[in-house]
Amino acid sequence: MRFLHLVWGNLRRKKTRTVLTLLSIVVAFVLFGFLSAIRQALTGGVSLEGANRLIVRHKVSIIQLLPVDYKRRMEKIPGVAAVTHQTWFGGIYQDPKNFFMQNPVIPEDFLAMHPEMILPAAQKQAWLQTRTGAVVGRKTAERFGWRVGDKVPIQSTIWAKKDGSFLWEFDIVGIYDGRDKNTDTTPFFFRYDYFDEARRSGTGLVGWYTIRVKDSSKAAEVANLVDAEFENSSAETKTEAEGAFVQAWAKQVGDIALITASILGAVFFTILLVTGNTIAQSVRERTGEIGVLKAIGFTNGQVLGLVLAESCVLSVLGGVVGLGVAWLLTSRGDPTGGLLPLFFFPAGDLAAGLAIAVALGVVTGIFPALQAMRLRVADSLRRI
Amino acid sequence: MSEQQGAAGTLVDISGVEKVFHRGSEDILVLRDLHLQVPAGEFLALMGPSGSGKSTLLNLIGGLDHPTKGSVTIAGERIDQLRDRRLAAWRARHIGFVFQLYNLLPVLTAERNVELPLLLTHLSRAERKRHVDTALEAVGLSHRAQHYPRQLSGGEQQRVGIARGIVTDPTLLLCDEPTGDLDRKAGDEVLNLLQALNREHGKTIIMVTHDPHASARASRTVFLNKGQLTREPQN
Repeated sequence: MRFLHLVWGNLRRKKTRTVLTLLSIVVAFVLFGFLSAIRQALTGGVSLEGANRLIVRHKVSIIQLLPVDYKRRMEKIPGVAAVTHQTWFGGIYQDPKNFFMQNPVIPEDFLAMHPEMILPAAQKQAWLQTRTGAVVGRKTAERFGWRVGDKVPIQSTIWAKKDGSFLWEFDIVGIYDGRDKNTDTTPFFFRYDYFDEARRSGTGLVGWYTIRVKDSSKAAEVANLVDAEFENSSAETKTEAEGAFVQAWAKQVGDIALITASILGAVFFTILLVTGNTIAQSVRERTGEIGVLKAIGFTNGQVLGLVLAESCVLSVLGGVVGLGVAWLLTSRGDPTGGLLPLFFFPAGDLAAGLAIAVALGVVTGIFPALQAMRLRVADSLRRI
Repeated sequence: MSEQQGAAGTLVDISGVEKVFHRGSEDILVLRDLHLQVPAGEFLALMGPSGSGKSTLLNLIGGLDHPTKGSVTIAGERIDQLRDRRLAAWRARHIGFVFQLYNLLPVLTAERNVELPLLLTHLSRAERKRHVDTALEAVGLSHRAQHYPRQLSGGEQQRVGIARGIVTDPTLLLCDEPTGDLDRKAGDEVLNLLQALNREHGKTIIMVTHDPHASARASRTVFLNKGQLTREPQN
């Protein structure tokens, strides 16, 4: 700490240069924070319960449907604790931009399968008693200002009713919250029996199944048994862990992790060059001063440490500010207005960001620091 | 020729020193078979034409460079045998430097510049402040402690440089053309200060200068020409 004023003074030497370099670091870390939140939104929506859950879909494609009586057969497979299903409704509320997922489900089975969804008992009871009843996540409810008791019309893009209309009406009987931070509270769920009886086509078919296994260590074994059960049938299945299913879903957009890593890699490489150049320039301008410090008695190691400290202070300061700004901006919620199921800056990524800031400081400062360390005192004094 | 002094109380003992600089394929002999003794408490002026080796000799005495041959003994220690870390520690403890162009760090106040050598000691912040205040008072600049070098005149900057050079109470004060960049009035102030440090505080000072007016303040002057010491200045 006794050398901090020296480090700080050197950073203030050329204020404009330091501020511009700092700003570029800040922007890089704001981008880091935002991309982390987006990556988390698209790939991270798996709760702890997900470790015990498998998703069973049509082997050919998720858009192919499965018979509803598969449920009964799956329940008999050893290792299966519970089975439920969902179907993609593909509805629009007022405007196609107002995207959120709406799926018909069997309420009791579905809520038992997803304990991370917190629904008050009275609302659960109301759902069981109301055929057109629907429960919606808190995020979507707040987005549209829905309350319990509201009637909500949704236009399906896939399912026509028996009267030929695509307009479905639902009664909001409950609003659920997420138990965990990464629980998605955007989806809208309504009763499967209402859906199946009213739809014009596809009766008795569902989109995919969710299975809870009795022992998560045997999940792979159960998955194989499920797929074996329906092998050579008209609707063969592919069973996978819920986490893998979510990742695969996100990969339909693109390899999110690879995309974000590539963007951030390019950004940080640029920052490395910018900051490295700033520090190198700063050292070149101070050759004489470094000679004076050595003449006074600063060791080579201390000179190296001073230059490294300078680059680390610059990058950590920029990193902290950038991560802080990212935190504030992401805490304001989903900037897409609801397209993302969740949106927050994961604590793990925040810690990783800080580590990157420190590493950036070391990498950008090491070569100028070594250069300063190797300066011969007599030669550097001669250059004054 | 060589200059010799009595052995008693010898602080600086240069014996048979040679210094060769290698520039590509060329070897440049800057100092040759040099012998010099400086007793403790002396104010020695080192004069000579440009390129005579004055600054090189000063660098050897200050432990900023190593001789190619010979020995450099300061207060009984062979500094030519010290390397890097130990030599830096030795300099921090025993040598105070005063440079021609002051060489203050522009980003630090006068107070912080003077404090620099003390950062290498184990003194507490309060103790360092006491030493700094004393040094600035000795050079008559207590009232400018919070000013940056750009806010000081040339003479004031050099006095801050002297304060920095003496703040650790070093064994030896080495001055390389301390008045070279100053006008006569400012130069005289600096020389008065150096003389006072020598006469009143017994500080041993070796000053490189090409100015006879400055060397007249010293108790002894030696002349360097083409790497060798002479009694008289050589034309």
